[in-house]
Parts: sequence; C-alpha cells; structure tokens
Amino acid sequence: MESITLAVNGTERNLEVEPRTLLVHALRDELRLTGTNIGCDSSSCGACTVLVDGQSAKSCTMFAVQADGADITTIEGVADSDGAMHPMQQAFHEHHALQCGYCTPGMVMAAISLVEEYPDLDDQGVRHGLEGNLCRCTGYQNIVNAVLAVAGSGSAGPERSES
Amino acid sequence: MTMTEPETHVGSPRLRREDPALLTGEAQFIDDMSLHGEIWVGIVRSTEAHATILGVDGSAALEIDGVAEVLSGADLAPLWGEGALPCAWPVTDDMRNPPHLPVATSVAKYVGDAVAVVLATSRYAAADGAAAVSVDYDPLPAVVDVEAAVADGAPLVHEDLGANESYTWPLIPDPEAVDEAFANAAHVVSERYVQQRLIPAPMEPRGVLAAPGVASGELTLYSATQIPHILKVMTAVTLGIPEHKIRVVAPSVGGGFGCKLNVYAEEILCSALAMDRGVPVRWTESRSEAATATIQGRGQVQHIELAADDTGKVQAVRVKLLADMGAYLQLVTPGVPLLGGFLYHGCYDIAHYSFECTSVFTNKTPTDAYRGAGRPEATYAVERAMDSLAVAVGVTPEEIRSRNFIAADAFPYESCAGLIFDSGDYQAVLDKAVEMAGLEGVRADQTQRRADGSNRQIGIGFSSYVEMCGLAPSRVLASLNYGAGGWEAATVRVLPTAKVQVITGSTPHGQGHETSWSMIVADKLGIDPDDVEVLHSDTAISPTGLDTYGSRSLSVGGTAVFMATDKVLDKARLIAAHQLEANEDDLEYVDGSFQVRGTPTASVPFAAIAFAAFTAHDLPEGMEPNLEAHVTYDPPNFTFPNGTHIAVVEVDTDTGDVDIVDYVAVDDCGNQVNPMIVEGQVHGGVLQGAAQALYEDAVYTEDGQIVTVNLGDYLVPSAAEAPAYRVAGHVTPSPTNPMGVKGIGEAGTIAATPAVINAVVDALRPMGVSDVAMPASPQTVWRAINEAQGGAS
Repeated sequence: MESITLAVNGTERNLEVEPRTLLVHALRDELRLTGTNIGCDSSSCGACTVLVDGQSAKSCTMFAVQADGADITTIEGVADSDGAMHPMQQAFHEHHALQCGYCTPGMVMAAISLVEEYPDLDDQGVRHGLEGNLCRCTGYQNIVNAVLAVAGSGSAGPERSES
Repeated sequence: MTMTEPETHVGSPRLRREDPALLTGEAQFIDDMSLHGEIWVGIVRSTEAHATILGVDGSAALEIDGVAEVLSGADLAPLWGEGALPCAWPVTDDMRNPPHLPVATSVAKYVGDAVAVVLATSRYAAADGAAAVSVDYDPLPAVVDVEAAVADGAPLVHEDLGANESYTWPLIPDPEAVDEAFANAAHVVSERYVQQRLIPAPMEPRGVLAAPGVASGELTLYSATQIPHILKVMTAVTLGIPEHKIRVVAPSVGGGFGCKLNVYAEEILCSALAMDRGVPVRWTESRSEAATATIQGRGQVQHIELAADDTGKVQAVRVKLLADMGAYLQLVTPGVPLLGGFLYHGCYDIAHYSFECTSVFTNKTPTDAYRGAGRPEATYAVERAMDSLAVAVGVTPEEIRSRNFIAADAFPYESCAGLIFDSGDYQAVLDKAVEMAGLEGVRADQTQRRADGSNRQIGIGFSSYVEMCGLAPSRVLASLNYGAGGWEAATVRVLPTAKVQVITGSTPHGQGHETSWSMIVADKLGIDPDDVEVLHSDTAISPTGLDTYGSRSLSVGGTAVFMATDKVLDKARLIAAHQLEANEDDLEYVDGSFQVRGTPTASVPFAAIAFAAFTAHDLPEGMEPNLEAHVTYDPPNFTFPNGTHIAVVEVDTDTGDVDIVDYVAVDDCGNQVNPMIVEGQVHGGVLQGAAQALYEDAVYTEDGQIVTVNLGDYLVPSAAEAPAYRVAGHVTPSPTNPMGVKGIGEAGTIAATPAVINAVVDALRPMGVSDVAMPASPQTVWRAINEAQGGAS
C-alpha cells in the first residue's frame, strides 16, 4: 500500500491505496465521493471526469498514486460555499441538459474546464470539446445549449487561480 | 430557459425537480451503495461461443488475497434447483424454450455466458479472481448467423431441442386476399433488409446488491432495473422465496432503453447467494462485460413485399422475418418481433396483411427489448420499401406517402392487422415537416449538386411512422400469451397539512416522472407542484406496479395518477358539502377551494378539507378518515403516436462519409404534459435511431467472438457526430385516456433510422445505389457507390 495526500474539493485527505488503485476508485470507494460515476473501462465515456490541478481528466485513466499532492475537484466540490449550484450545473438544469443524469457529473466537469480554457466557444467548439464525454439520453443539443449559455455569460470558471 | 409560473402547469415546460440531486452527485446509483459485510461477486464468462465445460479450476484464483471462494455452475446449481431464468412471453404453445440457468453447468452457449463465480472481499479481488479462474472447454460447432442457423445441417444451439427454430408466429387474416393483391399488382416491391444487432449501452452499466434479513428471512434486492415490481414476482417464483418477504428497490437508474427490462442471471445469483450465505452480495457490471452479459437489441433479417396499383396505392404487404433470439430466451425476447408484427403496414391504409416471424436460436447473447422493440424494425422496413415504391411509380417520397396515408377522418381506424388506431392526422404532420425542412430549397440544392457532379451529394430522407404504445390492455396481452397484465397503479395521499404524496407503480430512469406527475396532480388539486411528492421504484413504498417500458408511463401510469386524483377530489367534495351543509352537486372546485356555485363566499379550501379528513372530528356519517385514493388503470386500447421525420444528409462520395446536416421531427404524441421533456425525449431518441443507421453494430466474428466489446469499438455517438434537431409537435388527443396522451419515449428512435438511410440512398440514387446496409459507415457507403458504378467492392 502507498500513502498519498490529495486536496479534494479544498480539503486535504490522506489515504492508503494499492499502487494500482485508479483515482476514480480512490474517490468513490475510499473517500465515498460517489458523484463521480464510472461508465466504461476503456477511457471512452468521460463519466468519471474530474479536475486535476484545474485540468479536466478522466479519473479512470490515472492511478491514485499519480495524483499524490494534486488538487482534485469533483462534482461535489463545484457548488458555492452557500450551496448554490455552479453556473454550469444551473445551466444544465435550465436547459434540460440531463435525463438519467449518469453522465452528468462528468459532463459538467468537462464543460467547466472547456469553457474556462476556451472562452469564445461556438456550437462546433462545444461539440468537439466534449466529444470525450458520452451521453445516451439527451442527443447532446441541450447540453451544447447549456454550455454555450455559460460561455456567453462570462460566469464560467470555478474559483481557482492556478489555471 | 426562463419560465414564469403558469396558472396551470400541464402543457407548459417545467424544469425538472429530479435535476439537483443528479447535478450535484447526491443521487445514489447502484454502485454508490455499500453495505457492511458485503461480498463481491466476480463472474467468469465463457470465452467460447459453444463449448462443453470440462472443468473449472479455481486454484490460482484462491491464491489471490481477498478471494474467498470459486464456484462452478454445478456448485451453484442447488441454490436454484430446477429454477431457471424466466421468460414471460411464450408466444406460441409450442415455442421451444430451453432451461436457462444463471450459471451454466455443462455447456456454454455464447461468449459471455456465465460459467463460474468468484466471491471476494473487494471489487479488485473479485475481478482478479475471475481473471485467474481456468476453465477447460471442449469447443462445439457454433452457429452465429441467423440465416445459417435455419439452413439444413446447421449446428444446433440446443441439441436436445432438435432445431434452432424457437417458434413461428403468423398473422395472416386473409391469405387469399393477399395472394390476389400481389397477382393483380401493377407494382411489386420486394426488399430484404438486415437489422443489425445493437448494444443498448445506457451510460450506467447494470449492478446488483442483495441484502438478506437473516432472522426475518427477508430479501432486499437493489438493482439497476426498470422493473422492480416484475423483478420481485420473478425472483420469488425463480428462487422460491415467499413474495411477501422480498423487497426490490431500483435506486437512481442511469438509463435503460429496454435493457434493464429484464430478470438477469446476476440478480438471481446475488439474491440466492445472499440468502444462502447470510451476507450482502454485490456485483457491478463492467462496460466490457455489458457487451455480452446484457441483452442486445434488433437482430432481424426482413423480407418485405408491397403490392400496389398503378397509382402507387398499396393493396397488400407481405413480410417474412427471421428474428435472432440469441442463445436463450430472456424475459420478453420472443415477444419483441410481435410488437412490430402488427405495424408492417406503417401509417398507410393497406387492405391486406401477411406477417410471419420465425425466431431462431444462435450462439450469441440473447436479444430482447431495446428502445422501440420491434416497432423500429417494422417502421424501417415499410419506410424503406415505400421509398422504393415511390421510385417504381415515379413519384416523390412525400407523394407516395400522401397517396397511402390513413385519412384524418378515418379514425378510429381498424388496421389490416387488427388494431384500432386512436387518432391522427398524418398528412398534416407530413405537411408541417415538409414546410419546416424547406424542402423546395433543399431539393434545388440537391439538383444543382447533381448537375455539378459534386462530390458532396445531398440526400433527403422521409420517415412517417406510427407506433403502438401505452402497453397495454391486459386482455390483448392475454391473447398474445404474455404472462402478465398491462395495467398501472397509483395512490394519491393527501397529508394532514395538505401536502400530497403520489405513489406510482411506474419506474423512472431518466424520464422525469416526478416532475410530470406532480404537474398533473397539482393542476387538478389547484396546488403548487412543489407540494406534491412523487414516490416510486421501491416495492415497500410502491407495492403495486408494472414499471416502465413501451412508452407506457404517461398514458397508463400517468392516467392512473390522474384518476386517483379525481377520486381524492370526489371524497374531498363530500367532506366540503358536509362542512358547507350544501348538496355536493352544487359545489364547484375553483382555485383550490370548494365553493357553492353562485355563492363564492360559501367556500372551504382544500387545506381545511385535508385537515378535517385527518382529524375525523366531523366527517359525513360512515365516511372513513383520511384523504387517499388508489387506482389501478387497465387501458382499453393502445395509443398510437405518429409523426414524420425528415433527415437531410450530405454524403462525401469520395470517402463515403455521411453528415446529417438537418433533421426535422414532427411528432404527434397527443397532448403534452411537459413539452420540455417531450422535446428531450425526441432529441435523444433521434440520435439513438440515427446511431443505428450510421454507427452502431454489435460485430461478431464467424466463430461467435464479439469484436465490439467497449465504447472504443462500439460507436455510441458523441456531441461531435450528433446533428442539431428541429422539433415540432402536432396534437391529435388520444381518445383512449382522459388526458389524451400517447407517449414519446420511443418515437425518435423508431423514426430516425429509416429517415437517415432513406436520405443516404436518396443522395446516391443517381449513382445507381438503391440500398445501403446499416450501419452506413464510410466504408459501407463507399463500397455501395463503387459496386453500383461497377467497381470492385
């Protein structure tokens, strides 16, 4: 077992993991942050997307030990301190950009990262920017609309300074 | 979307109350759950399509830290005795249905068939253990292709059944009339289409957590299922656990699309092990496992013939179907082709009908219901054939449809297959789609590009569909040999403080029942939807129900809620009349109060009635306290959603690449409760249908190995492939139920597949192409072009 330290949603967490433990399993099974979902085993679907040091990453593609010392933001950590949903979460709600909701946490995290990285997104930019995140319910149009609404509003970014 | 609060809610978009928990990670899916002392199941799956199991060696697995036991099918057999996984739809009395044990004991029948089980203390140990088990197979000849399976001398999937045919089901009301129509036809279209197998791929794979009550003898079964109520009955029957000792809970379920409408080996396995060992037992499906462990959809070879007069008016349709059952019959596997078997005349007024389905075993994963279940296949065949007929007659696709539509004044319409269609105006729907698509302009562009010899050709594809939804009248299901009814149950319970609990037997997994049901109840009671809680998906809370499939939730389950609310109002009216010392017939219910008609000052608000019903201090003589009503609604007929979709594609004739450049959907789902949700269902449905047309295919090798095991190989489309959708409604209320609703869950998937393929073929017809196989991948399209041009394939 390896000892690692993660700053998860602003709180330092120490945990013991096998070297082969995936980051997503450390988050879900060890830290019980089950908002990050698992939809595949080939890094294809993006359901497990989180932010690692401000960059979106599929948490099934990393070993937990590789994230030692990193800042991790999961879906549980993007709301305001007063509990108000992040603008991207709110936009998904208002644009009916989710149905079953299983892909949603990963999709929201990827979208937050995308909008922060590319403030001048257009329709095609969103579609290509999110092509690593699969949704089986919505047909994507409302997701694209939600992301464009946030991109156009200037209220995209989570409160982070490092990226 | 900004929404002001409307006076009534039904018919206006309303944001979903389901969203916040899903958006914040608070929602609990099956793999989010954990129980103290739980053990993990890892399943060893056959790597052979057909093989005798000579032995299972678990010694290496048992060396792994955390692996507790390795169990073969023979070891496990005493847990379920003679019991086998249920098939609830023996469509014919002589249907061949082999015993289907949760874990095979002697012969593996398909790649993915469970052959041994590992019990372990952790997720990783279970996976490691399953990988370390060694199974000794003696391969047997496998039959993979459905047409090969019915050829003379084909290897038998089930030797003791004597044949690969499971059943033949004909629906031929007047055979002579059909023959006569073909003999006298001016135009005969004869086509063969292949419905490839599809992997349903909801984003959440399946999962099970079975928890025993050791002292009580109770079983709590948590499962990512669409059908907790049916699963409860079937678990009781299969394992012999008294039904009243079983509670089934579907937590948040991450999509189903039909593949979670089943009773799976893992549900029975975990339940049996939990009861036997006295500890919680859990299993989570991996995506790669899902490729073979979860049912697949479609898998049919269709022969369709149309007989038309010289104007293109179709007189008869004749269909012969080979349906691929896979190796076993799952819960409703044999019934899926029948659900399409009534609809091969589409939305057309055709006098004579001949349908015959032969269903066949192959050494592959079982098929079963997948979004649309039989109806997408039927719609594909008739809509593709109608385009061929249009070419034969020399008219446009929209003209051939108009000449054959069931007329708007013909409803209720008795179809040649024996159904009574409820309502519709198919021509108006098509006209609206044509207008939205700007057909004239698109045709002009198409003509220009053809004239220019452009390597980017435009194709326009029509698809007019009708489906039978609202499954289903119980008596009709009885005539089809289905093993259960088609009713749905609802309870509306008014609490002392006038808040309302709705308990529905319908089981949502993304459709937004909580929001829609609260709108229905709130409007009737004149209260805020936020004051209505909707409970579901737990048989301890909602003991009666038949769950969610077949676009039945609103038209059957929602109707039950609507009617139960009426019953609550009826009782409330009696209480109000008692309090006001008025005749109940003189009362009207306005803005949440009963008032004496013409004397608005004499009124009593709903909240006062709710409290009075609770205190029971002063109720009418003989009335039971409390304000609550239960309704079980059995629909008198199916509902018949319909529509016309138009796909416009651009085909790169150099590479075969297809791009959907416009997509118009006009759907008549009757009255809409929440148009926002309706539109969302259309969007997602269309993409799933378009995905069959262009991307998705469960590919098997000749020896039965599946190639498309994960989402890298099996091409579920992303946002980058998805088109933009332009969606509109056309409302003809269904007379079948009091809300006039029809259903929208499957419409998009049913309509989109033929719309897209018709568009691809339309683009390439000048090059001599008259059909393109699905999925129309660049390679397939390029080959179709090249073959039509006389080149090598």
